[in-house]
Parts: sequence; structure tokens; C-alpha cells
Amino acid sequence: MSSREEILGRIRTALGERGPVSPVTRGYRTVDVRPAEVLLDVLVDRLEDYKATVVRCGPDEVAATVATALAAVQGDVVVAPGVPSAWRPEGSVEDDGRPAVDLAGYGATLTGVSAAVAETGTLVLDGSPLCGRRALSLLPDCLVCVVEAAQVVGSVPEGLAVLDPLAPLTMISGPSATSDIELQRVEGVHGPRALIVVLVA
Amino acid sequence: MTAVFLGIPTAPPGVGHLRGDRSFPDAAREALRDGQLRANLGHATSTIRAKRAAVVGELPDWAELREAGRAIKAATMARLDEHLIALEEQVTARGGTVHWARDAIEANAIVTRLVQATGADEVVKVKSMATQEIGLNEALEAAGITAHETDLAELIVQLGDDKPSHILVPAIHKNRAEIREIFLRTMPGADPDLTDDPRQLAMAARTHLRERFLRARVAISGANFAVAETGTLAVVESEGNGRMCLTLPDTLITVMGIEKVVPSWRDLEVYLQLLPRSSTGERMNPYTSLWAGVTPGDGPQEFHLVLLDNGRTAVLADEVGREALHCIRCSACLNVCPVYERTGGHAYGSVYPGPIGAILSPQLTGVEDNASLPYASSLCGACYDVCPVAIDIPSILVHLRAEHVEAQTRTTPEAVAFRALSKAMSSPRLWRLAQRAAGLGRFLARGKTTLPNALPPPVSTWTRTRDLPTPPAKTFTQQWAEEHRS
Ligand code: SF4
Repeated sequence: MSSREEILGRIRTALGERGPVSPVTRGYRTVDVRPAEVLLDVLVDRLEDYKATVVRCGPDEVAATVATALAAVQGDVVVAPGVPSAWRPEGSVEDDGRPAVDLAGYGATLTGVSAAVAETGTLVLDGSPLCGRRALSLLPDCLVCVVEAAQVVGSVPEGLAVLDPLAPLTMISGPSATSDIELQRVEGVHGPRALIVVLVA
Repeated sequence: MTAVFLGIPTAPPGVGHLRGDRSFPDAAREALRDGQLRANLGHATSTIRAKRAAVVGELPDWAELREAGRAIKAATMARLDEHLIALEEQVTARGGTVHWARDAIEANAIVTRLVQATGADEVVKVKSMATQEIGLNEALEAAGITAHETDLAELIVQLGDDKPSHILVPAIHKNRAEIREIFLRTMPGADPDLTDDPRQLAMAARTHLRERFLRARVAISGANFAVAETGTLAVVESEGNGRMCLTLPDTLITVMGIEKVVPSWRDLEVYLQLLPRSSTGERMNPYTSLWAGVTPGDGPQEFHLVLLDNGRTAVLADEVGREALHCIRCSACLNVCPVYERTGGHAYGSVYPGPIGAILSPQLTGVEDNASLPYASSLCGACYDVCPVAIDIPSILVHLRAEHVEAQTRTTPEAVAFRALSKAMSSPRLWRLAQRAAGLGRFLARGKTTLPNALPPPVSTWTRTRDLPTPPAKTFTQQWAEEHRS
């Protein structure tokens, strides 16, 4: 008998006679009804709590805002291929599909997001041209994400509902961090040590 | 109905880390003498308890989330075979390969063979309880393959040639000064001026691992969740070491206990709220990676999923005990446990310590191989209160104690004593005699409120771990008779 058959057989033996499965009651909140303005404030509060930097700007000011935010960063800025040209700071280069590890040579990355969850301060990148491949938002030490107000939802259930479960997804809540030393949170380990969020409203 | 009776095998001995070489009381007695260990644990667990309480209190619907978390797991277990088959189908359809492993030996062999097929002689690893449980690193080493742990706490344990003592923070028993010392001693090229500032220590780990991530060709991970209907796997982490492993190498091998499957995508909305708040006390952990099979041009182009039994089906066979399979490994029950806080994780002898370990390890191995663990608890119930999926750990502990007692054929002194007590308590005359005899205890106590624990065996096995109050000068009935004599 194959291991597969054997394990499935053990499960069937263990379960024995099967009754009906008890239904799952989802009594928790699945929508956040707070007004959009409030949700933006919650998102900013959560992100800042994680020690991310948040800057707000109008739709026409993205490139300038990104440039200012990156002024102190050393090295070149690489952008995801689907990032609109109006967002790109001068001198930035587009990800050309080089071997992933070579992305480590860049100083900062600029991407969009596919959704943002206010309640938990979470940005979601989905591997689309706007967000770039996963290594792009991982290797350079500074990550800049542009979030448009309309992409912000209140709760985790609302966030998951708009995502594609088959896409390579990365949920990002602040810069990389660890709680492994005396269970105290310290920001900055292997992922980007700086996270800058540009909130466009 | 027990697994033994049904012929379902438990996790085999001689491989992996589910059995200690000593009983819990023996190991605990030694741990209790280590003042530094107690101080480190007390500090770390009280920090995390406060953080958890704050972020859990923030959600008005925590009780409803917890109930949904429990119910989804119960419903999953009731049709576990069907969900695993669906998962296999979905993962395969998206370019992954699924392997089934009856036990630790088979899982280790599968992973070793897969690594060898790539020609690599080293792998990077994301922290995973399943691979610790089966002793994968040792198996790889025996085959000449070096496994680099990349989670900070795992790295501390690996470099210190130590053992994990907590399911979330395996190096919780080490404080910053001890970690600094380990880094200075074992990291080639470590800065001699390294201080014990946690930020500096984290930076040292970053430098140490950076080059290993960039050259790695094979990664091994566990999984927090796997969605049956979509084939999506999830790894929840903080540092970005997980993302490095899941993204950069050509080949990814994920080893997952069969109980980690959840039926639908929607179920993640429950667990991604319950888990981070319960484990690190954060609203959300810094990084969660989700992937389904292989994505051309993004991440590993070869993906293997190893589904591990290793005693889990035996746990499933116990209708009361199977709830232990609902665990999402948040570690909240460890952090609140008064026993864990004092003994630390090593005393439990298994990679699963604390309250969850006390019910999971004995069931995975068969209760006789971990017979002292169901007693490693005061049954205070704090673990049940914090468990985000509402596992009734105290009730399962009692259930396992009963199973252990039933399996005993030898009469213990304790059983003899209780039989005598039951006889005495059912006869007024014998009871009065016994009470008068107990008055002798006052003589032994010499005015103290509890009896000395220096009684001769076999009584000492009872009194060593319990404070027996000194009997009162007069029994209640004697006093009543005196006061109401008229
Ligand atoms: S038993 Fe519950 S509290 Fe303990 S680790 Fe598992 S999920 Fe967390």
C-alpha cells in the first residue's frame, strides 16, 4: 500500500462512523463600517506603530514625494514594471528581470500595492506588474509603497476578499522585525529595514 | 476507542524529538535550581502576556473569532481525508508535487532524497515545528547536507548547540547577554565590539545570514496553513528570513503536518486575526507569505509539499484528545502557564513544551512514552482561557491521566493509600480513629503550618511535591461536640 493510501486509511479508521459536520458560525465582524477618512487615519496609526514612515500627498505629487522621502537613501531606486511613470522619481530604473539575488545591489524599491488593511496596518503585494516579483520588495534595504485611498479596506476579511488566492501574495505590516530576544520587538532584520508608505488621497 | 485498539501507529521512537530521556519531575527539579533560567523566562513571558492582553482586548469580536477558529478546525478534522485530497489536487494542478510521509523516518528520507536530487549540499531553513519534531536537521547531516537555521531564535539555538525551549521563540531561555556571548563565540568575523543591544544582535544575524540566503539553492519550510480549495500555503513570520527562503532558492520543500489544512480561503480571515495577536502580541506580524504551487518568473520553480502523519492519525482516533490537533502553535498557552514559566521548555523533553506539549506529545508517541507529561500541570485553566482556538487543555490532561492510570497494571503506593482512605471515609468508626492518628502529624510538624517533606518513602513521593497542612489540634467534630455539649 502506498503511504498516501495508508494515511488516508488511518484517517478513515480514526474517524469511524461519520456524522454530519457541525456548521461554522461566523459571528465576527466581516465589514468595517467606519468612514473612509477614519480608516485612513487608522492605517496611518498602525503603520507608525510598526515604525514605518507614512507621508500623505495628492495624486499629482507622488513622484516628488517619493523623491523627497528617498533623499537620504544611498544607491539606486528600482521600480516594479507596472508602476505608473507619474510615480517614478527621476533616475529610477525599472526591474529588468535580472536574477533575483542581483536585486540586492539596489538601495530602494518602489511598488504599488493590491490592497491595504487599516485595522492591522497591512499592505498586500500580489506579484502583479504594479507590485513586482516578490524578491523586489525583499532585497533592497528600503521599501517604498504607494497606497491609493480607494485601495484601503477596514478589516482582514475585507482584505482577503479582494485578493487572488492563486497569486504569490506578501502581506507586509511594517519593516522586518523580530521578537526573538527577550520577546521584545526590534525592527530591522533580514527584510527591508525601512518601510515608507506614500498615501495618496 | 483508542488508537492502540484500532491499530493506528504512533510516532516511532529513535527518531526526532518528541520524547525526553527523563521524566518531567526529574527534569523540572533540575531546571528549578537554575535561577538565571527562571529570571529570563519570567521576564520574557510577562512582557508577552501584557502585549497579548492589550491587542486581544482591542477586538470586540474576539470571542466570535475564537469560536469560529475552533469550529473550522473541528469541521476540518471531521473530513480530514477529503480536505487533504483536495489540497493535493490543487497543489499538483499548480505545478507542485505532493508527497505523503507515514512518519518521521519516511519524511526525513523523502526530504533527503529531494535535496540530493538537486545536487546541493546545504539548505536554508525557515523555522518549522514539524521539521524539528522529525529531527530533519540530524537526518540531513547524516547524509552530508548542512542545514542552516535562519530564524533568529533558531539560529541562537543552533549556534549554541542547544535545544529549543519554546514553540515560537526557541531561545526564550537565553537573555541578551547570553546571546551576545554565543554570537561572539560562534560567528566567524563577529564584531568584537558587539554589545548586547537587541538591535545590534539582530544586525549581527543579518550579516551572518545574508550571504547564505543569496547563494542558497534549496529551502525547507513548514506551513502555518494550507487551503484545500485553492492549494494556497501560508507562512507567517517576522524577520523576512521566511521570505528569503520562500523566494530566492530554485527549490522549495515544505513539510507540513496533515492537521494544518483548512478547507477554504475564507478561513484564513479568522486565523490571520487570531494568530498574530495571540503569539507575538501584534495586530499583524510583519510578513505573511502565501503561494500556490509555482509562479513562472517569481520564486522557486520547483515546489514539493510533504504531508506528515507521524502519530497525528493516532491523535485523531481519540475523540476527546483530537482537539489537540486544532493547535495553531501560537504559544499563548506556554506564556501564561505557571508551570512552564518556572521549569522552562526543556523539562518537557519534547519539541512541544508547555500545556499544548503536555497533551500533544503523549498522544503523538502513545501515552506510555511520555507518561509524566499529563501531570505537568496544576489544571489552573489559564491555557484554555487564552487559547485562540479554545482547546480545552485541562480536560484533555485529565483524560490522558485516566488513560495512563488505566494502563497501569502495577499497584502503586498511592493507589493503596487511596483505597485505604476510601475504606476509612465510609465507616464513621474508622474515620474517627484515622483522625486521631493524624494528630500525630502535629508532633512531626513541630509548630509549622505544613508537614516537613522529609517523610520516608513511599509517602515522600506524595509530600515532596505537595504541602500537606499540619492537622489541627482538634477535629471539627471534636470542637463541635465541645461547644455544643450543653
Ligand atoms: S494550544 Fe492553543 S494557546 Fe497553545 S499554542 Fe496551540 S493554539 Fe496556542
